[in-house]
Amino acid sequence: MYSQKSLNTDEIHHKHMLDRSEIPALFSSCLPKACIFTSIEKLRPYECDAYTAYRSLPLAVLLPETKQQVIDIVKTCQKYQLPIVTRGAGTGLSGGAHPIENGILLNLSKLNQIYEINHELQYARVGPGVRNLAISEAASTYDLYYAPDPSSQIACTIGGNIAENSGGVHCLKYGLTVHNILEITFVNIDGEVITVGSECYENPGYDLLALLTGSEGMLAIMIQAKVKLLPKPANKEVILAAFNRIEDAGEAVANIIASGVIPAGLEMMDQAVIQATENFCQAGYPTDAAAILLCELDGFDEALQWEIQQVTQQCNQCHATSVRKANNAQEQELFWKGRKSAFPAIGQLAPDYLCMDGTIPRQHLAHVLGEISNISERIGLPVANVFHAGDGNLHPLIMYDANNAGELDKAEEIGSQILELCVSVGGTITGEHGVGIEKLNQMCVQFNSQELIQFEQVKLAFDPERLFNPGKAIPTLQRCAEFGAMHVHAGELPFKDIPRF
Amino acid sequence: MLNQQIQSLCDTVKHAYETKQALNIQGGNSKSFYANHVDAQTISTTDLSGIIEYQPSELYITAHAGTPLQIIEDTLTEHKQMFSFEPPYYSPSTTLGGSIACGLSGPRRPYADAIRDCILGTDIINGKGEHLSFGGKVIKNVAGYDVSRLMCGAFGTLGIITQASIKVLPKPEHEITLLFEHHQQQAKKNIQDWLNSLIPITATYFQNDHLWIRISGLENIVSTIHKKLGGEKIHSSKTFWQAIKNHQADFFQTDIPLWRCIVPHNTNEIVLQGESCFEWNGGLRWIKSEETAEKVFKTCQTLNGYASLFRSKEKPADCFAPMNNQVKKLHMNLKHAFDPENILNPGRMYSWC
Ligand SMILES: Cc1cc2nc3c(=O)[nH]c(=O)nc-3n(C[C@H](O)[C@H](O)[C@H](O)COP(=O)(O)OP(=O)(O)OC[C@H]3O[C@@H](n4cnc5c(N)ncnc54)[C@H](O)[C@@H]3O)c2cc1C
Repeated sequence: MYSQKSLNTDEIHHKHMLDRSEIPALFSSCLPKACIFTSIEKLRPYECDAYTAYRSLPLAVLLPETKQQVIDIVKTCQKYQLPIVTRGAGTGLSGGAHPIENGILLNLSKLNQIYEINHELQYARVGPGVRNLAISEAASTYDLYYAPDPSSQIACTIGGNIAENSGGVHCLKYGLTVHNILEITFVNIDGEVITVGSECYENPGYDLLALLTGSEGMLAIMIQAKVKLLPKPANKEVILAAFNRIEDAGEAVANIIASGVIPAGLEMMDQAVIQATENFCQAGYPTDAAAILLCELDGFDEALQWEIQQVTQQCNQCHATSVRKANNAQEQELFWKGRKSAFPAIGQLAPDYLCMDGTIPRQHLAHVLGEISNISERIGLPVANVFHAGDGNLHPLIMYDANNAGELDKAEEIGSQILELCVSVGGTITGEHGVGIEKLNQMCVQFNSQELIQFEQVKLAFDPERLFNPGKAIPTLQRCAEFGAMHVHAGELPFKDIPRF
Repeated sequence: MLNQQIQSLCDTVKHAYETKQALNIQGGNSKSFYANHVDAQTISTTDLSGIIEYQPSELYITAHAGTPLQIIEDTLTEHKQMFSFEPPYYSPSTTLGGSIACGLSGPRRPYADAIRDCILGTDIINGKGEHLSFGGKVIKNVAGYDVSRLMCGAFGTLGIITQASIKVLPKPEHEITLLFEHHQQQAKKNIQDWLNSLIPITATYFQNDHLWIRISGLENIVSTIHKKLGGEKIHSSKTFWQAIKNHQADFFQTDIPLWRCIVPHNTNEIVLQGESCFEWNGGLRWIKSEETAEKVFKTCQTLNGYASLFRSKEKPADCFAPMNNQVKKLHMNLKHAFDPENILNPGRMYSWC
C-alpha cells in the first residue's frame, strides 16, 4: 500500500482538550446528527485532498446544508477554540483542505445552489459548493459562461476556486478567479455574515475582494459569491503547431504575443507529455515533436482571421515542423482533449506524481526547461512538462513510485529545486495551486522574515485566534529557520526572538 | 536600484513611527483635491523615478512609484502597447504610485480592466519603515495573500508604494468614435446589445441625449462596424476621450460639487437634483449637485452602489460614503496590521482610517 507520511503539526496551536467522542454533542444544536461524522471509516475519505503525499484524520467532519448551520458551527468552534479547515471538493493540489488532527473539517459541498442568473447585469449568484462547470452550464441558456476553467472544473467548487484564485487555460485573455468575482459573502470568526464587493465596476475602501481571493481558507469562510458571466465568443479557432526544439516553441510564444495577439489559450507540452497523452487518448499529436503549442483564438470575424494569420506566421518563422488549424468543432475538441488528459495520462506512466506550479517571466522559458531536465537527471526521477505557456505557468510533473523507499523524498527534492529555480529568475513558487502545506518551505525562499510577519499580521486582522486553517500557506519563522533558507534582511539576524505562529 | 533614496524614505518612516508623527505621502500632487486632506509633514516619492524593466513581449512594465505616468505611457505607445485601464491624469504631474493609490480607472474600464486587475506586484514601505516586496511580475501568482493588489485604492494608508509591476496589453491599431442621438434608455439598450454581439466597444459617454461610443481594432474591422451601426464619426476620437478622462470637457468645468456615483450599470435614474452624464455603460455617473452628502450617499447606497464627492470647495467629514460597522472594523484591523502607529496618510481615505 501507500507509504504515508504524516503532517508535522507542531506549528498548530491546540488550545482545546476535546476528545472525538465529545464532538457530536457539541454540534448537535447546529446541524442534524446525520451531518456530523466522527467514525473512522467516515473520516477516511477526508484524510487528504488531491495532494495525497500526506494524510491525517480530523476530529470530525461536518456537512452543513444551510448558511445558518455554517454560522452556528463557526460560533461553536470559536467558543471551544476548535480549528476549522474548510473544504470544497477536495481537488486542491497543495493540501489546502488537508485536515488538522485536532480540528473540524467543514465540508461545504452541500451548499451547492445556484440562486440567480442575472443576464442583464451578467452575473451568477451561487453557493460556495457549486461546481465550477455547473455555473457555465446554467448560464448557457443566456449564451453566457463563467470564464475561469481549471482542468478540474467538473469537480472543483467555486469556494475552492476563490480560496485558491484558480486559473485555467483561458486566463491569459480572460483573467484568473480574482478578475471574475464581483462579490463575496463570508462568515468571519465571530460568526458574523459580511458582504464585500458589488455588481458595480468598482468598490470603495480596501480591496477585500482581492485579499479574500487566494487566501486559502485562512481568513474567512465564503458562503456565497456573485461571479461575472461573459457572452460566449461567437467564433473560435484552435491551432496545433509542432516543433523540433523546445526553445523554438518558447520563442514562438514570445513572438505571438509580441505581434499583438492575445490568444484565448496558449498551451505547451513537451515530448514526454505528448507521447503519454497520445497513448492515452489519440488526440492526433505528432509524437516525434520535441514540443507542441496549442493556441486557441476567439473573437470578431475579421479580427480572428488576422490573428490566425499572425500565429501561423510566427510559428513558421520559429521553424515549426507543422502548423494545423482544427477543421471543425469536433477536431477542436480533440486537440484540447489531449491537453486536458495530460494529468491522467501521466498517471498511467507512473504510480504517483507531484505536480509543480511555478510561474516565470516567459523570456526564461528555455533556460528553465533546460535546468529542469538537468535537475531531473541529477536526482534521478523523470519529469514531464505541460504548461500554460501564455502566462508562464509551468506544471512539471515529477513521476515517482511511493512504494519505493526514498522516492517521495527524491520527488520532493526535485520539486523544491524547481521552485527555487523559478524564484531565482523572478518568478513565483505557485501560479494557481496555492501554497497549502506543500510549499511552506519554498515560501521561506520567496519572502523574507519581515514579509512573512506582515502576512501574519493580515491573518490576525481577520482571525486573531488563528482558528481558520492554521498551519497552512504562511510558514512560521521557526520553520524557515530550520529549513535554512530564510533571507537575511539587510544583514539583520531575523531569529533573535522567534515568534511561533 | 535607488537604494539610497528608498533607504532614506525608510529612515523617515521609521523615525515617524518611533515618534508617532503622521506623514502626508505625495507623488505628483495631482490628486490632492481628491478625498481628504492630511495635515502632516510631507514625504515625497518623486525621487523614485524611472522605468526599471520593460520587455513588450512579457506584457508587463516595472517602474519606480514616482515615475510620471506620461513617461510610462509614452514608452508603451512607442511599442504599440497600453495600460488597459486607461488611467486618468487630472494634471500632467500624475505619477504611477499616485495612480495606484487612488485606484481610478478610465473610460476603457468595463471593456478591458480596472487598474486593480492589472497590479502584478508592488514594493512598499509599511508603517514601521520596513521595505517589503509582494506579488511579482507574472499574472499568475498565489504565494501569500494578495497584498500588492490591496495597495490599489488604499490611498497610501497601508504603505508607501516604492515600485510596481503592471500588466500591459497591445494597443488596438485603430479607433473611431461614433456619435448617436438617443434617449438614455435607448442608449443603454443599444450599448448592451452591441456588447452582447461582441462589437469591440472600448468606451461610452452619454450626456444630454447624445451617446458617444469608441470602437477599436483593425482599420477594416472598425470601418465595417461603422457601416453596420451607423452614427456620425467624430473628428478626433483621441482628443475627445482625453477630455472626458482628464475632466477637461465642458461638463466638468464647474463650481458646483461634482459627485462620482458608481452604480449597477442598468440603473435607470439616480434621483438627485443636478446635471449628469455617464460613462461605463451607465456604471459611472458624474452628477453636479448641491444636494447634501447624506442624501447623495444614501441614494446611491439604495441603488446598491456608492458615491464619492469628487471635487468640491467645501468638503464633508468624509468624501466617501460610510460603510457598515463590520467592514469598517476589518479596515481598521488591516490599517493596524500595516501601520500600527497610524502615521501613513491618516484620515486620507476615511477620517477614521
Ligand atoms: C486533475 C486536476 C486538475 C486541476 N487543474 C487545475 C487548473 O487547471 N487550474 C487550477 O487553478 N487548479 C487546478 N487544480 C487544483 C484545484 O482543482 C483547484 O485549486 C480548485 O480551486 C480547488 O477547489 P476545491 O473545491 O476542490 O477546493 P478544496 O480542495 O476543497 O479546497 C481548496 C482550498 O480552498 C479552501 N476553501 C474551499 N472552500 C472554501 C470556502 N467556501 N471558504 C473558504 N475557504 C474555502 C480550503 O480550505 C482549501 O484551502 C486541479 C486539480 C486536479 C485534481
